[in-house]
Amino acid sequence: MEDGRPDPDLLIGRMNREADRKREGQLKIFFGAAPGVGKTYAMLQAAQQKLAEGVDVVVGLVETHKRKETEALLVGLEVIPRHKIEYRDVELSELDIDAALNRKPALILVDELAHTNVPGSRHKKRWQDIYELLGAGISVYSTVNTQHLESLNDIVSQITGVTIHETVPDFLMDRADEIELIDLPPDDLLQRLKEGKVYVPDLAAQASNNFFRKGNLLALRELALRRTAERVDEQMQQYREVKGVKGVWPATERILVCVGPNPRSIRLIRAAKRMAAGLKAEWIAAYVEAPHKVKPSENDLRQLAEHLRLAESLGAETIKLSGHKASDEILNYSRERNVTKIIVGKPTHPKWKDKVFGSMLDAVVRGSGDIDVYVITGDTAEPSLRPVSKTRVRKPPQTGWLLSIATVGVCTGIAALMDQYVPRSDLAMVYLLGIVFTAGRAGKVPFWSATLLSILAFDFFFVPPRYSFYVSSPGYFVTFAVMIIVALIVSKLTLKVRDQSDIVKQREQRTAALYGLSRKLVHERGIEQLSTIAAIHISEVFSSHVVILVPDDKGALTVPATEPITFPLDHKELSVAEWTYKHGEKAGLGTDTLSGAKAVYLPIVTGSQMVGVMGVMPSNTESLLDHEQIHMLESFADQIAMAIDRAMIAKEAQAMLLKAETEELRSTLLSSVSHDLRTPLAAIKGATTTLLQKNVTLETSESHDLLQTIYEESEHLTHIIRNVLDMTRIETKAIKVKKEWESIEEITGAVLNRLSDELGTRKVKVDIPNEVPLVPFDPLLIEQVLTNLIDNAIKYTPKDTLISLTARIDGESMLVEVADRGAGIPAGEEERIFEKFVRGSTAGGGIGLGLTICRAIVNAHGGRIWVENRPKGGAIFRFTLPISEHPPVTETDEERS
Amino acid sequence: MTGNKGLILLIEDEPQVRRFLRVTLQSHGYALIETATGQEGLTQTTSHNPDVILLDLGLPDLGGLEVLGRIREWSQTPVIILSAREKEKDKIRALDAGANDYLTKPFSAGELLARIRVALRHQGIKAGLSEPVFVLDTLRVDLAKRRVFLKESEIHLTPIEYKLLSYLVKNAGKVITHSQLLEEGWGPAYANQVHYVRIYMGMLRHKLEEDPSRPRFFINEPGVGYRLRFEPEEEKK
Repeated sequence: MEDGRPDPDLLIGRMNREADRKREGQLKIFFGAAPGVGKTYAMLQAAQQKLAEGVDVVVGLVETHKRKETEALLVGLEVIPRHKIEYRDVELSELDIDAALNRKPALILVDELAHTNVPGSRHKKRWQDIYELLGAGISVYSTVNTQHLESLNDIVSQITGVTIHETVPDFLMDRADEIELIDLPPDDLLQRLKEGKVYVPDLAAQASNNFFRKGNLLALRELALRRTAERVDEQMQQYREVKGVKGVWPATERILVCVGPNPRSIRLIRAAKRMAAGLKAEWIAAYVEAPHKVKPSENDLRQLAEHLRLAESLGAETIKLSGHKASDEILNYSRERNVTKIIVGKPTHPKWKDKVFGSMLDAVVRGSGDIDVYVITGDTAEPSLRPVSKTRVRKPPQTGWLLSIATVGVCTGIAALMDQYVPRSDLAMVYLLGIVFTAGRAGKVPFWSATLLSILAFDFFFVPPRYSFYVSSPGYFVTFAVMIIVALIVSKLTLKVRDQSDIVKQREQRTAALYGLSRKLVHERGIEQLSTIAAIHISEVFSSHVVILVPDDKGALTVPATEPITFPLDHKELSVAEWTYKHGEKAGLGTDTLSGAKAVYLPIVTGSQMVGVMGVMPSNTESLLDHEQIHMLESFADQIAMAIDRAMIAKEAQAMLLKAETEELRSTLLSSVSHDLRTPLAAIKGATTTLLQKNVTLETSESHDLLQTIYEESEHLTHIIRNVLDMTRIETKAIKVKKEWESIEEITGAVLNRLSDELGTRKVKVDIPNEVPLVPFDPLLIEQVLTNLIDNAIKYTPKDTLISLTARIDGESMLVEVADRGAGIPAGEEERIFEKFVRGSTAGGGIGLGLTICRAIVNAHGGRIWVENRPKGGAIFRFTLPISEHPPVTETDEERS
Repeated sequence: MTGNKGLILLIEDEPQVRRFLRVTLQSHGYALIETATGQEGLTQTTSHNPDVILLDLGLPDLGGLEVLGRIREWSQTPVIILSAREKEKDKIRALDAGANDYLTKPFSAGELLARIRVALRHQGIKAGLSEPVFVLDTLRVDLAKRRVFLKESEIHLTPIEYKLLSYLVKNAGKVITHSQLLEEGWGPAYANQVHYVRIYMGMLRHKLEEDPSRPRFFINEPGVGYRLRFEPEEEKK
């Protein structure tokens, strides 16, 4: 830098940003001091000019407020119809972002950057719509007023006395490629107002009178001009960076602002943002979990989360610190991060508290060394970001009172017994013991009552004159004072220890939960199992409903088969999940995007690749997840991502191996059975040539016989070909066992239905008890096994004998039996009949592959197939299918209906 | 007796199969248009508006699925898929893409005619001839009152059981894939939780079938889905 050349890192950063920008659309903001200065008009004029230049301009949404001059400028511009949304029976219209994205113009006009969308829209705020448009490469023209800028918002409300709720984050102004200031002198504006040319939607009439005072307008104008000047300054700076212009380079400043649940923190945050913008510094919003205070209420936590979110939206980095002394934590962290300036709020609590407990502010100032400390007033509390509900008073447990009173009673009793033997002043020690005893066990108020009661009891019963509160010797006051001081120190210490251990415990639980998950995931290989385990684990930790969606073969998000159904995912919820998947950002409940959803959706990302989405619906649908919990969920998502990544790599490796083996085994089988195919073909050919002979007349019965032959032989051929193909596929492993949770009863039904022709009038006795659960197997393959077994029984046993089929659970597997009353299997043949090309003795016409296929299929399932002869004649084929996994959780609606 | 039963468009590239179907269909009173390519098939569909389309999946020019997709863009004419492949995946894909039914080659004439009859019946129902009460042997489903009877006694079904049953009833005779049933009962994201369908279909079988292991109403198509029997005695051969 000393040689006047720009810092290369800075340059690369700038170039990257510019490259990104080129792909993104350009944002131009028409910036005005107050409503009515003519921003929309100026924007439309600019658009008309672009149109004349041949640019593809469309109007996404423009509010003309029915003013003729403005409406006249709309002529010739294509307008995208608005998206109509029904909200509380009123039809409202918003920018139709999907239509805009589909239309994909070069430039789109979207008025009122700060607008808040109707609940149910995709984004909470219109500026988020615009961001999406920019991301899609569409340039945007938009308008905004000073009072809507987040960092100027409080100054404006200070000046005008009117609070405006619709704000846009400042980084939008920084993001804008061009800002055009629309300036109008206050007198002219007031004139326009008088003529009714200004539309003021978001202010009540009374407020608007206040707002449009000349003094206010002057101040607003100054703000707008200054903000624009700052921006121009920045551009100048950037120009210097690129061109290597020698000049003053700002030293890197870093600001830390201390925030808490108190609404005054909002002002601190805004002040910090302004200071950071002025200094071009990074800034951090820090919160210290204060262990020596009473546990923060739920409302406080919520407020705090809102404040941290505000800070984030203004561009701050947020951090939560914890330790027993807030000032130390702040200073240590500040040193660590090279913070140059600390912003603290002016204390609002009574002075004596500082005297007694020590002042955080003092400690920070004293320990700050070379860090500047800014103390900022927070007198006029701003309206909090969320209404504070009334239900925040927590009742101390009644047992605390009982305990303190009982303790004092017991102490009095013990002291009375000892009274004879020890000096009176030592009796105070007994009470002190009591006080220390209650400190850790009773609440704050019962504890102090116990202390007071102890002093009174000691005074009343033991200090002369006895049985009166009068104190004869001033020396006893020292005893009383000591008792109070001891109580003070003890209570402070115990509370501190307790709170700190609470925090540590909570942290430990979270870390343990995270560790627990990674330990569970380490042994799993399949993506389905991984996501199932993770979903169940996380729903336990957060006591909420969790679903993990991963893309299927076609890239559509689905829930893996093994996951239990936790909450219904309709098209709307699914589209939120898909949005998250597409954009890699969290969305849904409690976020800024699609917040109408019932659950919050977090992306699961490995490196640069999206691998899934995690949806979390709090079991209490009203409650939101706080900042901390979302962070926690994000770390869970990271764990899952890592595991899925590993699973994907393993899967690829295995696929490669399988492919190599398949190549080797292909089609060795087909060659060995080709002769079996010729027999039926010969019969068919013979029969047909006879039928086609021109000069031979056949009897009707003869031609029917021939046709019957053709039909039977073609059936036979079909059968052989199917068996051969199956065998080839199994041998070459082209058939993959695709296990699903199947019902054996169902498959039996399908097999018997399919074989009804072959069965004719034969009886099949089926015995499958109700308790047989779903078992994992490949439905098509097991159907094949059952078909072959029953088909064999039909072919090889007399027509009038019974075939029976049973299924039952036997230990860790399901046992299926197909039994007949035929001749049975010749001794010594029990194994051989499962071999290739071994046919049964009775003529049946098979090629001896049926049982071989059965064995291959059952083995591929990890089961066993064998045959035995029955004691009273006949054969019984048995096979097992292992139930290695736990059946999936299935809740039925039987109980609920 | 040609042509009074309905007009069938056959899109099939193998001449032997076309010949067999021509003889079979015409002898049963159907009028027939034949084409050998997908492109030609699409043209014929627009110009003749057939009652049923028989579509081969392995066409030389456009894929059968592609043809199906283009037809479904504007027409709800019943499409029956003819497929030589035994891969269940293709069948499921075709059914999910809007095909009404499928037949795996080789098939018998009886099977084909039965499927065509079902398709034509559905065409009639869509045209507004649907009845609020569905009767099949001893099973009676009153769609208007949401009540189910077996012989004369009313059967209590849970809400999801009823949802699945009524969906099958509305599509009686057609194969409904597992994922279609899941979407109907639980929502589109759960298309993989096939076991839910199995459990519920099991419960329906036990409540409504005389012999759950040899069902007469709910025909299982392993690996594909279920079909509610449509005609009292479905012909086999």
